[in-house]
Amino acid sequence: MAYLDQKVVLNMSRLEKSIIKRLLPDLWVLISLVLAPVILPHLGFSQDVMNRILVYGLLGIGFDLLFGYTGLLSFGQAAFFGTGGFVTAYLLTNSFTSSIALALIAGVVVSAIVGFLVGLVALRRTGIYFAMITVAIGEVFYFLENSPLANYTGGENGLPGVPSPNFSIGNFVFQANQGWNMYIFLAICFLIGIVIARRIIHSPVGHILVAIRDNPLRAAAVGHRIQSYKQLIFVIAACYAGFAGGLLGILQGYMPPDAFSFDTSGQLVMQTVIGGVGTLLGPMVGASIWLYLRDFFQSTLGLGASWKLALGLVFMLLVIFLRKGVIGGFVDLNHLLHHKRKKHLESDPNPDTEVTLESLVSEIKPSKIHDINDIVLEVKGLSKRYGGLLANSDINFSVHRGELRGIIGPNGAGKSTFFKMLTCEVHPTSGSIKFEGRDITGFSVTDVCQLGLTKSYQVNQLFNQLTVTENVLIAVLAKEQGSFKPDLFHNASHDKRLHDMVDHTLSLVHLTNRKNHPVSELAYGEKRRLEIGLALATSPSLLLLDEPLAGMSPKERVETVRLLKAIGQDRTLIVIDHDMDAIFELAEKITVLREGKILVEGTPAEIRNNAQVQEAYLGGMEE
Amino acid sequence: MISWSNFISQCINGVVLGALLALISSGLTIIYGTLGVLNLAHGALFMLGGYAGWYTYEHTQSYFLSIVLGALFVLLVGIIIERVLIRFFYSRTDEEQILVTFGLGIVIVEIIRLVFGSLSESIPIPHWAQGITSLGFMFYPTYRLVVVGIVALALFSLWLILYRTNLGMIVRAGIEDSEMVDMLGINVYRVFMVVFGVGAMAAGFAGVVNVPVTPITPDVGEDILVETFVVIVIGGVGSFPGAILGGLIAGEILSITSMFNPAYSQVMLFVVMTIVLFTRPYGLLGSKGRS
Repeated sequence: MAYLDQKVVLNMSRLEKSIIKRLLPDLWVLISLVLAPVILPHLGFSQDVMNRILVYGLLGIGFDLLFGYTGLLSFGQAAFFGTGGFVTAYLLTNSFTSSIALALIAGVVVSAIVGFLVGLVALRRTGIYFAMITVAIGEVFYFLENSPLANYTGGENGLPGVPSPNFSIGNFVFQANQGWNMYIFLAICFLIGIVIARRIIHSPVGHILVAIRDNPLRAAAVGHRIQSYKQLIFVIAACYAGFAGGLLGILQGYMPPDAFSFDTSGQLVMQTVIGGVGTLLGPMVGASIWLYLRDFFQSTLGLGASWKLALGLVFMLLVIFLRKGVIGGFVDLNHLLHHKRKKHLESDPNPDTEVTLESLVSEIKPSKIHDINDIVLEVKGLSKRYGGLLANSDINFSVHRGELRGIIGPNGAGKSTFFKMLTCEVHPTSGSIKFEGRDITGFSVTDVCQLGLTKSYQVNQLFNQLTVTENVLIAVLAKEQGSFKPDLFHNASHDKRLHDMVDHTLSLVHLTNRKNHPVSELAYGEKRRLEIGLALATSPSLLLLDEPLAGMSPKERVETVRLLKAIGQDRTLIVIDHDMDAIFELAEKITVLREGKILVEGTPAEIRNNAQVQEAYLGGMEE
Repeated sequence: MISWSNFISQCINGVVLGALLALISSGLTIIYGTLGVLNLAHGALFMLGGYAGWYTYEHTQSYFLSIVLGALFVLLVGIIIERVLIRFFYSRTDEEQILVTFGLGIVIVEIIRLVFGSLSESIPIPHWAQGITSLGFMFYPTYRLVVVGIVALALFSLWLILYRTNLGMIVRAGIEDSEMVDMLGINVYRVFMVVFGVGAMAAGFAGVVNVPVTPITPDVGEDILVETFVVIVIGGVGSFPGAILGGLIAGEILSITSMFNPAYSQVMLFVVMTIVLFTRPYGLLGSKGRS
């Protein structure tokens, strides 16, 4: 009993420790916010500047979620900053409400709606198109504020007379214009913003967003509806901007029209880059540096109006040399000083416990169902035409449950095109595909993966900036959450069930001892196995493998063939490969493609002795 | 209220503006198409051309010289920018390229502000292009017609370079597949330098020609950059004909809308861009292959 009690106490303290550890960053922000009024005024920061830093920092949290985490570089955040600001200011100055909280919430809600609508347009494209569209949208809002809506927004004059928060709870009276009260009010708002943002980045959604930034194609292929996730984060960023905009009006007692200007959006981008992208606090740090240097250049150095030139140069130098901004620079410096390069520490504590074929096979129930009449995949008259080139023509093909099918064919036979059509990456010119009795022709890759059909790619499609565990977690999340679930506050990094699933997949593909390594540090063969692992983690009932053995050493081939045999035990597999020995050993039935058509289909022995097949590979230049 | 002659003169205004936008946008689009870099300093280069032209005119009183020297100056600046900055960003991400050119644009604008101040400057319309010309049914300012002529000439030369020279063939091949061009033994980086210079010059040239119509300030490039983006989204990224078509469409939208209510001209432009994005996501003449 005493022993048990001890164990419980131990567990309790471990739990407490982990909670404290999780809350530590929030606590640091809280401590910094408390200490700032004590320290910063001595460095020349005025109260007003510190208040502004908080407003810009809050605006930046949303932008960093959008750019730093999801990779969407928006030059139009001023649109939502202004929208939230003017809605809040309008409601307060026209006495629709005297409640500042209500007005702020209204501003956030309107910004969210506007963000949703703008997102529908801007998110139709990515990369440079997205950047250009957001620039244009930002400009439109500036024009809208300035003339058509001038009756409500005051046009070039803005909205003066925004009240500041004054309220009383019992005997406690809060008046924002006294002492540090405005700072306290804004600091609380900022802290709430940071706490929420940190929950988001540790939630399943946060992980998926990073995956979208890293490799959108694969994120969609493992079954995430990436468009919905982008739309979600775009709206969240708009909420942050709207909230910050409302606070700007309250802080200044006046809502300025230039909140909408391109300069505001540009400044936000620059401050975030200066502070550090993908850090949440980067924009706030950047805003501090920005406002401090502006005063420094203007008054101390007497540069006058050319402060912006100096800041522009600082920004360029940072983009060129210090790619992770000031925060990233400090982190790197810290690593350098402590020689804590992870590589040295991570000599594996438990060397690769060699997973034998036997252990793998015993782990998987030998529940192989072989019912010839249970057709999993049925393809009829499938053709694909690229301009004048007929890549696939009139393919009829079916696979029954539990089968392990091999597909071979000379280069250019149309094998990969065939696979791409099966997973709906490309749509056929004609013909139909039925998966488990359902016609999936014209479906999206994401939906097909959710139904249980996915593939591993011929060329690795991994999340290169993430660790091995995180890679598999992305695929597991798609299985667990479905194609879209706005699960923003549940901590995915500490979910034991999710991690058990990840560990199971990792042990299957033999990567347990590499779980915390970034993908970029893996050997080629390991990356190949992870590629298969990503597909496997979505628990497909039909798994397609596009040249799983490509580029592997003979030893790795032997291991991978074993692995394929093992995972073929409880699911249907179709394998394309050029390694004949492997295919002949693995497959129960082989389909030979040639010039986009099915040449012949049969057992390995039949294929081996087929004259047409031999000719396709050895002769075959007639025509 | 809105007379026919008013309407037609606005349409011609649209052509003038559209031609200018087409020239600026084609500069931006061939740079992106060939180098893969979206140049956010393009608006600043337009402004720089204007100032270079104005400065030349102040010292020579020659309209002709101000156009030639202004354009050549921006060509030179473009080549320098490519050599000392852009070429180190070919291997970086799209976002970093956007950020660095964004910073560069600000630096150029602020240098000009430092040197010449924020007040607007202008070049007078040359004496041979002053006054109005009869178009048979109406009168129209002569210089604006001259602008259309000069810009059309510039676009034609750009077309000649792109479609009738070896360099142009390499550029167009590079837009399709720059890796392949590299493998064929052509020094793509030399070509990149020239293309960036020529693209910059297109903006700078438009900048000089525009000064007698619209006086310049250091901030004049910002609005132009935004409009250029819309032009390219409408026309299709990397497409030279797309830039011309998009430019003319944008010019007409801006002019015709401002006849009814100038406040809505930008909004209208945005509405059209949205329609294009929903119906032809890759632009009117763009193809899916690029991007």
